Amino acid sequence: MTKKHANWSPYDNNGGSCVAIAGADYCVIAADTRMSTGYNILTRDYSKISQLADKAVMASSGFQADVKALQKALSAKHLIYQHQHNKQMSCPAMAQLLSNTLYYKRFFPYYAFNVLGGLDNEGKGCVFTYDAVGSYERVGYSAQGSGSTLIIPFLDNQLKSPSPLLLPAKDAVTPLSETEAIDLVKTVFASATERDIYTGDKVEIVILNASGMRREYMELRKD
Amino acid sequence: MSSIFEYNGSALVAMVGKNCFAIASDRRLGVQLQTIATDFQRIFKIHHKLFIALSGLATDAQTLYQRLVFRHKLYQLREERDMKPETFASLVSALLYEKRFGPYFCQPVIAGLGDEDKPFICTMDAIGAKELAKDFVVAGTASESLYGACESMFKPDMEPEELFETISQALLASVDRDCLSGWGGHVYVVTPTEVKERILKGRMD
Amino acid sequence: MENNQRLKLKVYTSLSFPLSSLPRQTPISSPFSHFSPVQYKRVPLGFAKMASSVVDLPPKGGFSFDLCRRNEMLEKKGLKSPTFLKTGTTIVGLVFQDGVILGADTRATEGPIVADKNCEKIHYMAPNIYCCGAGTAADTEAVTDMVSSQLQLHRYHTGRESRVVTALTFLKKHLFNYQGHVSAALVLGGVDITGPHLHTIYPHGSTDTLPFATMGSGSLAAMSVFESKYKESLSRDEGIKIVVEAICAGIFNDLGSGSNVDVCVITKGHKEYLRNHLLPNPRTYVNPKGFTFPKKTEVLLTKITPLKEKVEVIEGDAMEE
Repeated sequence: MTKKHANWSPYDNNGGSCVAIAGADYCVIAADTRMSTGYNILTRDYSKISQLADKAVMASSGFQADVKALQKALSAKHLIYQHQHNKQMSCPAMAQLLSNTLYYKRFFPYYAFNVLGGLDNEGKGCVFTYDAVGSYERVGYSAQGSGSTLIIPFLDNQLKSPSPLLLPAKDAVTPLSETEAIDLVKTVFASATERDIYTGDKVEIVILNASGMRREYMELRKD
Repeated sequence: MSSIFEYNGSALVAMVGKNCFAIASDRRLGVQLQTIATDFQRIFKIHHKLFIALSGLATDAQTLYQRLVFRHKLYQLREERDMKPETFASLVSALLYEKRFGPYFCQPVIAGLGDEDKPFICTMDAIGAKELAKDFVVAGTASESLYGACESMFKPDMEPEELFETISQALLASVDRDCLSGWGGHVYVVTPTEVKERILKGRMD
Repeated sequence: MENNQRLKLKVYTSLSFPLSSLPRQTPISSPFSHFSPVQYKRVPLGFAKMASSVVDLPPKGGFSFDLCRRNEMLEKKGLKSPTFLKTGTTIVGLVFQDGVILGADTRATEGPIVADKNCEKIHYMAPNIYCCGAGTAADTEAVTDMVSSQLQLHRYHTGRESRVVTALTFLKKHLFNYQGHVSAALVLGGVDITGPHLHTIYPHGSTDTLPFATMGSGSLAAMSVFESKYKESLSRDEGIKIVVEAICAGIFNDLGSGSNVDVCVITKGHKEYLRNHLLPNPRTYVNPKGFTFPKKTEVLLTKITPLKEKVEVIEGDAMEE
């Protein structure tokens, strides 16, 4: 007799989309607030964005239990870092830490698709985009999650960043102003909500710049 | 192992403008990840004001096109006129639904000018479920990207030149994020007085 | 991911199930391939005749199984065979004091993507009968179209108004014949000489007769409204209000349903099709400043074909001389 395995999966997909755009002196990180499973909406008001350090903000979609665990692991590690170094972690450092944390679970990964946005040591906007097991890259803009395939082409069209192979290396920041970037984020979320059933309800937009952090919300379709 | 739909790769889109329409496709023919041809035709002319584009399995697309041309010629002989886009859409739908349990692996996009040159666009799934839209329709392996791009770029009542620019930008932006389609584009812009066919330059990877 | 390997079919309901989950006797893709395709070129559909054409002539109706063997071969070669997607809809109906009210949402989906934001799911059957469809879009469309033409012919033959039971019988016979493979889940409503009627029809051909009914993936959300608010002999306005509320419950709480509310009110000798009765989901944001394309597209080749009228219209009788 063959052994019967329970048809049980430890993962779920709770949907949602995340976007981040880096500018010369700002960074915009946005995510919708819908959490769903299958055809059900679990809640219409769940933040996918977490502030990991003063100048590092992460937006994550995927399996929210794993996302929560990842956020907790990172904030614990950041607390230790603060005790040891008596300062906030920089965004590029946090980016490396996030990669290591994800790769640590290479063979039982966190089911989380992250974008990390913030300001680097020179005050320039930076965006890091990840896969579920920690491969990462610094880019000018990125989208992750269920609506990412709908969002990315339009961001490409509007913000096409210089090739990372160019010499001398060019800055991977977008030429837009802060308000233009926020408008663009609103447009792509409204568009993604039209066609992706897992994106909707509300979009939370976090803006990081020299004067600190600011939050904005915009309503999306609720169907 | 991939879906039969993704065997050859394709990207199709049609948009409505002010008294005109545009229909566009990519130019790649592949066998999974290997590129076979870079000037492949997926848009076919039925008559001067009616076009059909066929995504999915290339062999089925060509067979289906031949059957459609045959049926349209029979119609012309009997009726001594061209088919209206609505009628043609119903014909395609019937041909596809006939094969409900052994389908052609093709998703068509139909665009034409109907009575009084009113633009008509429509798409279907592989078994002929019609989907009429007022703004734009998409199909192929890059359909998700195209939905996103068109949803952000489309504006109602565009003039032919603006329509051309919009559909081209939407197509090229989308195929650059799809491994199975690309190698430039093929765009037809049809107004009541002329058909403008253009070949677009795109990334060749 | 497995999801990417599926055939994208436009679907309206969660009640359909994957074809592959059916018990199969033979390892063959089509459930009908035990009919030898040589002997039975076409299986008659409805009142259609058998056709045994060698040439590709316009078909006389009925399904064709020509491609089944090829598709089966493709499947054996390792290309993933198409399966049906589980998708959503909300359709409802109720009986009120003067007749029947039907309601539907207007979203059609392909997996997690919305394929059509404003489709019509309330189909015409007869002047006094309408039918809401859930399931595979092509099947609901085809089955309702076919039965409505059968009803029309039946009316020509009898010279009487169609009855709801006639439509019901046509539909269930067809669906039962195909053993659930034609995946249409329907809510059929109408008013005839014997009064108002409301039925639900499942893909396998079973039927129910009910005072209020819901179907599709949003059926539970919609039924919660009906179960708490439905009562006998509702007025027209009360009825519409409850139907709209039930559809909205589906639209907002079921991800498979969305966009607008369609309503159809059928009373004795009269009907009212309220297409897009309610539009509760407008787009939330359009950039007031618009946008520009940073780079113009590069055109390699342009070909312009001027169009002229095919026939010149000449005054008077062109046939003279």
